[in-house]
Amino acid sequence: MAYTLNINGASHTVDVDEATPLLWVLRDTLDLKGAKYGCGAGLCGACTVHIDGTAVRSCVTPVSGVGTRAVTTIEGIAENPLGKKLQDAWLAIDVAQCGYCQPGQIMSATALLAKTPKPTDADIDAQMSGNICRCATYNRIRTAIKLAAGDAVKKEG
Amino acid sequence: MGFHNSKLQNSKHGATRSTVSRRSFLKVSAATGGGLMLSFNLAPLANALANIPGESAIGAFIRIGADGIVTIAAKNPEIGQGIKTSLPMIIAEELDVDWKDVRVETAPMDAQKFGVQSAGGSTSIPRNWDNMRRVGAAGRQMLVTAAAKTWRVPESELTTASGVVMHAASGRALKYGELAAKAAMLPAPDLKLVTLKDPKTFKIVGKPTKDVDGPAVVHGKPLYGIDVTVPGMLYATYEKCPVFGGTVVRANLDEVKAMPGVRHAFVVPGTIKNGEVGLNAGLSGGVAIVADTWWQANVARRKLRVEWNEGPMATQSSKGFAARAAELAKQKPEMSIRSDGDVDAAFKGAAKVLEASYSYPFLAHATMEPQNCTAHFSGGKMEIWVPTQNGANGRGMIARTMGIPEKDITVHMTRAGGGFGRRGSPDPMIEAAWISKEAGAPVKLVWTREDDMRHDCYRPGGYHNFKAGIDAAGKLIALTDHFVSFGADGKFAASSNMGGNVFPAEFIPNLAFGASLMPLGTPTGPLRAPGSNGLAFVFQSFLDEIAHASGRDPLEFHLDLLSEKRVPAPAAATGAPQGPTFNPARMRTTLALVAEKAGWGKRTVPKGTGLGLAYYYSHQGYVAHVAEVTATSSGQMKVNKIWVAADVGGHIVNPSGAENQVQGAVLDGLGQILGQEITVARGGTVEGNFDTFPLLRMHQAPPVEVHFQRSENSPTGLGEPALPPTLPAIANAYFAATGQRVRDVPFNKPRDRDVRV
Repeated sequence: MAYTLNINGASHTVDVDEATPLLWVLRDTLDLKGAKYGCGAGLCGACTVHIDGTAVRSCVTPVSGVGTRAVTTIEGIAENPLGKKLQDAWLAIDVAQCGYCQPGQIMSATALLAKTPKPTDADIDAQMSGNICRCATYNRIRTAIKLAAGDAVKKEG
Repeated sequence: MGFHNSKLQNSKHGATRSTVSRRSFLKVSAATGGGLMLSFNLAPLANALANIPGESAIGAFIRIGADGIVTIAAKNPEIGQGIKTSLPMIIAEELDVDWKDVRVETAPMDAQKFGVQSAGGSTSIPRNWDNMRRVGAAGRQMLVTAAAKTWRVPESELTTASGVVMHAASGRALKYGELAAKAAMLPAPDLKLVTLKDPKTFKIVGKPTKDVDGPAVVHGKPLYGIDVTVPGMLYATYEKCPVFGGTVVRANLDEVKAMPGVRHAFVVPGTIKNGEVGLNAGLSGGVAIVADTWWQANVARRKLRVEWNEGPMATQSSKGFAARAAELAKQKPEMSIRSDGDVDAAFKGAAKVLEASYSYPFLAHATMEPQNCTAHFSGGKMEIWVPTQNGANGRGMIARTMGIPEKDITVHMTRAGGGFGRRGSPDPMIEAAWISKEAGAPVKLVWTREDDMRHDCYRPGGYHNFKAGIDAAGKLIALTDHFVSFGADGKFAASSNMGGNVFPAEFIPNLAFGASLMPLGTPTGPLRAPGSNGLAFVFQSFLDEIAHASGRDPLEFHLDLLSEKRVPAPAAATGAPQGPTFNPARMRTTLALVAEKAGWGKRTVPKGTGLGLAYYYSHQGYVAHVAEVTATSSGQMKVNKIWVAADVGGHIVNPSGAENQVQGAVLDGLGQILGQEITVARGGTVEGNFDTFPLLRMHQAPPVEVHFQRSENSPTGLGEPALPPTLPAIANAYFAATGQRVRDVPFNKPRDRDVRV
């Protein structure tokens, strides 16, 4: 079936089965590899994208449910000033180890700052606990979010 | 193993290099659009990095452009341990260039040019520290020689800094970019004889340096094996028997083939011989489904019905292991691992005797990027793209299994979304290779999360039954451990062994380690700090019990225990994760440092909160922890903070990456103790995803404060040694908080799970 998707501000028409998760449309049909496959069950957050600014798990979001809403992926998040700030903070703090989960982490963090510009530790826990980092870079993720939020943070490393 | 030893530095090869004809150089030169090259490794004309017009290769590792941009090859696979950044840093340091001018490329897999290209055992830094320095120094030497020839001045009058050769006497200077083409034509110096920098002048090594792939990571650029695309590529999913080594009796292939997008569905017979266990044993049989998209392949897989021949191991279960281990614990060990002094006499004379049994579970690696591999078989040759820790192992397996000569198998190592020991196994590579050949197309095989969790080489579980004797002065005088583990015929299953030198062996006069083995059909293998990750938990926890039973402060008890070796090491103390060179003085210093940083004995904590300490020597690293843990009203453990001190030598190559590794290893250990357990039922793995195998999450992650103790030792690796002390430090802190010992991990045992899918 043909679906016309609005992804990172551009229109894409894809011909896929209606049940195909958005993740696999992004990765294998549109060759946008930033959203990652981790669990296929909405448990790890590696596949996080935004739909109309809300963080969703694209691995359990059927393409048929997306409609004309705006999809933003990690490839497009730099257009969002908060997303850009977070990407810069991630680099400044040298967050990544393997890096595989980090696009999803940044997408979740962008949604957090959009709602809560100055998140407390508890806010960060609540929003970010859906994103697993197997390398456990959580100390640095927390620091990077605070840096992007404009808080004074201890420089790592 | 050739790179870092004699072959590289063999003068015979040097002679070969020096006689390489100019004609050969020019021939290659023409092919590469002006870049001249030479190498100081085994392949005299190796231009190991991609040939780039206008750039000159200075050996296999270094390419310098006319614009001064230096491209350095990262020889080992990047799995999140930061080696793609740290090894090139060492080369850049001795080459004497600015890091801002350096670009890094992953080296092709070529042992002749790059030596061992694996990630495992925290060996990359200790194996390559000296080599990488010499590679960089040789490049610098060639640039200096080129300048000396240009100016007709003695080399001794020249200095270098920031990618420039200078002649102070005449005030002349040439940039490396201006000298590179000329330098590339010079014979390579003998690596043994090159001049190395005084480490006091290091400008790159020891400076916090950001991961070279960081920008690509945060922008979601394709980096990983799972991101590979090849023209004409199809996608595969592969269903294997839930019991290792099981084979297909029949499958409803026709029904699967009728599903949308499916191009092929076929049975793979597999090559694992009866009774062989382990991911290196061969190709596991199963059913491959190849489709236009991966999603279609997996939708079709839901229709797949397979009748398996599960084999004799289908009767095994975790419950059965636990019951058998309890029976064996009542008997004498089947075999002795080590025996010092006279434990029976010592127990009789002891003022106090203490007994306790400990256990730890099977664990999965659960890398965030599931196992995957892209393969393209065409014209008798195999091309592979794979996130691997040991591409050579997979290439060997493909060669053996499919009869393709190794020279016809090209392996591209991608960045890996985590490794932790999992990706040293060749299974995704041989599966993808086989499927590509049978499908007659390039194929990307991606395992589902459930495939990944149920077809791992698991950290084996283990059961330890301890007895200790304490004398009237509170000194530990005798210790026995009956270790119930896995294996057969007196041989331990992979990564389930215990050596004779596990601490405190050699530090107490009467000691006996013995083992009994249970047969195991589940593959096992190395998980981050293999061996040590379980042994540290049980030994460091039981030593804490002994300290408390002796009425002594654990810190004082341990500093005393570490004060002298009481039994000489046996002549061949091998096979143990600790290695034979444990230096207790380094451990004492490290333990004292972490105690000081955590305020051990200097501060009071609220009721229900406690401090615990633990330390361990593994992978040549000395690491000590203090954990602060609060017992919540519901009896949960909440870790407030963990302090870590580590001595991994005199240089921390990249302090940013090093701190990150330590924090990650510690939090990895926290995740393990909280709730991770792999359960075996009917010979297969029960858990399939992160709902039942919980990885640590943000809200559970306390601050981890890291301190490095610098010692006059060559630098060693950090991917692993910070994990082992974590579990016992937390368990000991929980005891300090509650008076309750944690002797069986995980702390939160899963609900009764005995149903295999």
